[in-house]
Amino acid sequence: MKLLVNGREHEVSVTDDMPLLWVLRDVLGMTGTKFGCGMAQCGACTVLVDGQPIRSCVRPAAAVAGRAITTIEGLSAAGDHPVQRAWAEVDVVQCGYCQSGQIMAAAALLKAKPKPTDADIDAALSGNICRCGTYQRIRSAVHRAAELMEG
Amino acid sequence: MRLLDKETSRRSFLKSSTLAGGALVVGFFVPAGARRAFAQEGGTPSTAPASALPPVNAFLRIGDDESVTVILSHCEMGQGIWTTLPMLVNEELDADWSRIKVEHALAAPVYRSTAFPIQMTGGSTTTWSELDRYRQVGALARTQLVAAAAAQWGVKPGDCRTEKGFVLHGDKRASYGSLAAAAAKLPQPTSVTLKDPAQWKVIGQPTRRLDTPEKITGRAQFGMDVRLPDLLTAVVAHPPTFGGKVKSVDAAAAKAMPGVHGVFEIPTGVAVVADHFWAAKRGRDALKIDWAPGPHADVDTVALRKSYSERGKADGQAAKTAGDVAKALSAGSPLVAEYSVPYLPHAAMEPLNCTVRRSAGAAEVWTGTQFQTVDQARVAEILGLKPEQVTLHTTFLGGGFGRRANLVSDFVADAVYVAKNLDRPVKLVWTREDDIRGGYYRPLAVHRLEGALDDQGRPTAWRQRIVSQSILAGSPFAAMVKDGIDPTVVEGASDSPYVAAIPHHRVDLVAMEVGVPVLWWRSVGNSHTAFAVESFVDELAHAAKRDPLEFRRALLAQAPRVRAVLELAAAKAGWGSAPPAGRARGLAVHESFGSIVAQVAEVSVEGGTIRVHRVTCAIDCGVYVNPLGVRAQLESAVAFGLGAALHSELTIKQGQVVESNFHDYRVLRLHEMPQVEVHIVPSKEKSGGVGEPGTPPIAPAVANAVFALTGKRLRELPFRLS
Repeated sequence: MKLLVNGREHEVSVTDDMPLLWVLRDVLGMTGTKFGCGMAQCGACTVLVDGQPIRSCVRPAAAVAGRAITTIEGLSAAGDHPVQRAWAEVDVVQCGYCQSGQIMAAAALLKAKPKPTDADIDAALSGNICRCGTYQRIRSAVHRAAELMEG
Repeated sequence: MRLLDKETSRRSFLKSSTLAGGALVVGFFVPAGARRAFAQEGGTPSTAPASALPPVNAFLRIGDDESVTVILSHCEMGQGIWTTLPMLVNEELDADWSRIKVEHALAAPVYRSTAFPIQMTGGSTTTWSELDRYRQVGALARTQLVAAAAAQWGVKPGDCRTEKGFVLHGDKRASYGSLAAAAAKLPQPTSVTLKDPAQWKVIGQPTRRLDTPEKITGRAQFGMDVRLPDLLTAVVAHPPTFGGKVKSVDAAAAKAMPGVHGVFEIPTGVAVVADHFWAAKRGRDALKIDWAPGPHADVDTVALRKSYSERGKADGQAAKTAGDVAKALSAGSPLVAEYSVPYLPHAAMEPLNCTVRRSAGAAEVWTGTQFQTVDQARVAEILGLKPEQVTLHTTFLGGGFGRRANLVSDFVADAVYVAKNLDRPVKLVWTREDDIRGGYYRPLAVHRLEGALDDQGRPTAWRQRIVSQSILAGSPFAAMVKDGIDPTVVEGASDSPYVAAIPHHRVDLVAMEVGVPVLWWRSVGNSHTAFAVESFVDELAHAAKRDPLEFRRALLAQAPRVRAVLELAAAKAGWGSAPPAGRARGLAVHESFGSIVAQVAEVSVEGGTIRVHRVTCAIDCGVYVNPLGVRAQLESAVAFGLGAALHSELTIKQGQVVESNFHDYRVLRLHEMPQVEVHIVPSKEKSGGVGEPGTPPIAPAVANAVFALTGKRLRELPFRLS
C-alpha cells in the first residue's frame, strides 16, 4: 500500500490489520508518534489524517492509505508551528512522552476553532492523558497558540 | 538510527580523536580516549590528583564549536534536572547558556549519587544532592579555562574575568572553545572556592527547560524509540498470577504468524520475538499457555482490605511512642477512624521497555531507568559478565514515578532473558496491560487512628496503626529495615510534627506478607500516611469544634517552619473568607523529602461528582534552583495525587489483576485539572526535594474540603460519595 506521510509517499508491505502507529514507528522509523495504550484511551499516538486527529494505535494503516497523514515530524519544518512555539514559551513539557499527541490534537483543534474556549479545549484534549499533569500549562499554551496564530 | 549514529560517532571519535560532528570535542582534564574507560572503571585519572572534588572530565565536555556538554549522573523523567543541573554548572562556569547541551551519563561508579551509594534518581534527591558537585564541576572547569588563557597572555589568572563563554583581560578575549584543548592539559586543581550565594546569578532564576525543542518535535529519544540495525522486538506473556509459572505452551499458531521469528520460554514467561511490535503482539495473542497459578492464586483485595482492618485492632511494632497512649485513650471516649488506600500501578505514559545487544564478553543496554547501578549489576549477573562489561545507556524516561527504580530490575531482566536466546539485538516492549498488571504497586494500606481530646479540645492521645506491606523487606535493600520497621511505610506518620506534639502517642507498623510485588510510588509512604494523618487531624479539629487552621496552628507550635507554610497557603487561598457559592475549602500540610508543602483545595460537588476548582500551594523547599521547575513539579504532583484520590484503584480477584488499561485504571484528565497556584517561601534553609512533596497533601486537602461542604468524611481512596 502507499502511505502519504508528511507529504512524502511511502510504499509499505504490511498486514491489513497493522495499526498506522506501528507502521510509522517500526517500518518507517518515525518514532515521534508514541505508543501509550493501544486502545485509543490515552492519545499519545495522535496524528492527523486529512487534518482530522485520529488515534493511530487503533486505525489500520490500510484504512488511511493514500490520504494525507501528518505526524509530529511533519507539523512544521523547523519546529516552529504556533502550537510548538506556544508550548516552548509556556514551558509545558515534563517527561515529554505524551506531548507529540497533545500537540497534534491541539493543532487540529486550533485549525477547527481558531479561538477555542476552555470548554472547547476540554472537549478536544481530555482524551490525551499526561501523567506528569502538564494540563494547566497545556490549556494556557493552547490559548497562547491561538494568539500567535492570529498575530 | 539516530541513537546508534550518535553512539558510533562518539565511539569512533574516542578511539581516533578525529572530528566528531564537525567539531573537535575536548574532554576535560584527561585525554579524551581515556574518558570512557575512566567512566567505566571510576578510578582516579592519572593526570588528576586524588581529591574529594569530582573529576570534571566525567561531567563536562567543551568543544571547539563552543558547545558545552553537561553530563547527567541522574536521569531526566520529567522532573527537570536536564535544566537544573546545567544551571548549577553554569552558575560557576559562566558559559553561554544558549550553547549548553546535555546528555545522560553511562552507568559507571563515578556517577554514584552523593546521597546513595549507587547511581540512581529517586527520593527527590537530585537537586539538593548535586548542589555542590555540579557547581564544583563548573568552578573547576572555569579555573582551568582562565589558567589556560592567562598562560597564553602572560598575565595573572586572578586578573582575568569570565563572561558568557569568554575569558577576558583588558582588551583580550578568548572563547572557551578556543581554550578547551589547552585547559584540558592542565592538572585539575585540588581545591576550589564556590561563589557566595549572595553573588548567584543563575540559581534562583526562572529558567525554561533545555529539553523542550526535542520534546515538541518528536526528536527526543525514549527507550521505546531506540533503533538499531537488525533489531527485533519482543513481547512476553507473563503469568496472570504473581508467582505463576508456565506449565505448557502451544506456540504453533504464534510461530505461524507473519513476522514472528521465535517463541521461547524464559524465567518470567513466554517470549515472542518478531520483526516489529505488531507481529510480536499478534504472536502473543495466538499463544495457548497453561499456567501453574503459584502460591498467590487466592489473593483478593476485598478480603485483604478486611484482614488489614482486623489486624489494625491490635498493636504491631512501634515506630514511635511516647507517654502511655493506652491509658490516655481509655480515660475518655476516643475518636476512632479507619482510612484505606488501594494498590496503585504507576502507569507512566511510556510503557516499560528495554533494548539489549549482546556481543562476545559484553552487552549493551538502552533503557529509561532510575536505577543504573542496580540494572547494570542485574544484567551482568544474568549474562555471567562483570558489571563493567555492561554498557548501560540511559534514554529519556517517559515518566518514572518510582516504577523505573525497580529493586530487582524486573523489566530489564525480562529483556536480558530474551536477548540471551538471540544473536540479534532485541527491544522488549511491555504493553499497557503488561504495565498495569505487572506488579510493583504502591502498597494497599489501612490506617487505624484513635485520638482523644481534653476538655479544652486539645489532643492528648494519638494512636495510629499502619497495616501494609514492606517495600524493602526481602529486597537487596533489606538492610534499610531497622528493628522491623520499614521506614518507607511509616514515613510521614512516625515523624509527623502533629504526632510529636501530642503527649501520649504511638505509631505502629503491622507488616503484612501478601506476595503482591510492591514498590515506591511518587512520595512512597507519604502517599498514604499524609492522607490518614491530615484527615484525622481534621476530624479532631471538628470534634473539638475548632477552626481546622487554628487547630493545626496550635499543634504546630514547635514546628514553626511547617506552620509558616500552612499559614502562607491559607492566606493566599483566602482561608476565613467565604468561598464562592457552592464551594468549600479544605487544607493539609505535610513535610516529606526535606520540603514542606501546604495545599488548600476549593471544591464543589456537582451531580454526585467531586470537582476541584482551585488548589493553592505553598512550599518551603529551602534554597531552590529553578522556580519555574518548582512550580511545574507542584502542578504535576497535584495532578498525580488528585488522579489517585478521585479515580485510581487496582483490584485483584482470584490472584488476577482486574484492571488492564486506562479505561478501567483511571487517572486525571485535562478537564479535571484544577487551577493550581504555587507560592514559594524564600528560604536559606538546606535544599529539599521538589518532585514528590506536592503529592501527599492533595488527597486530604480535598477530603477535608468535601467534609466542610457536605459533612461526609471520605476515609477511602479513591473517594466515593455514595
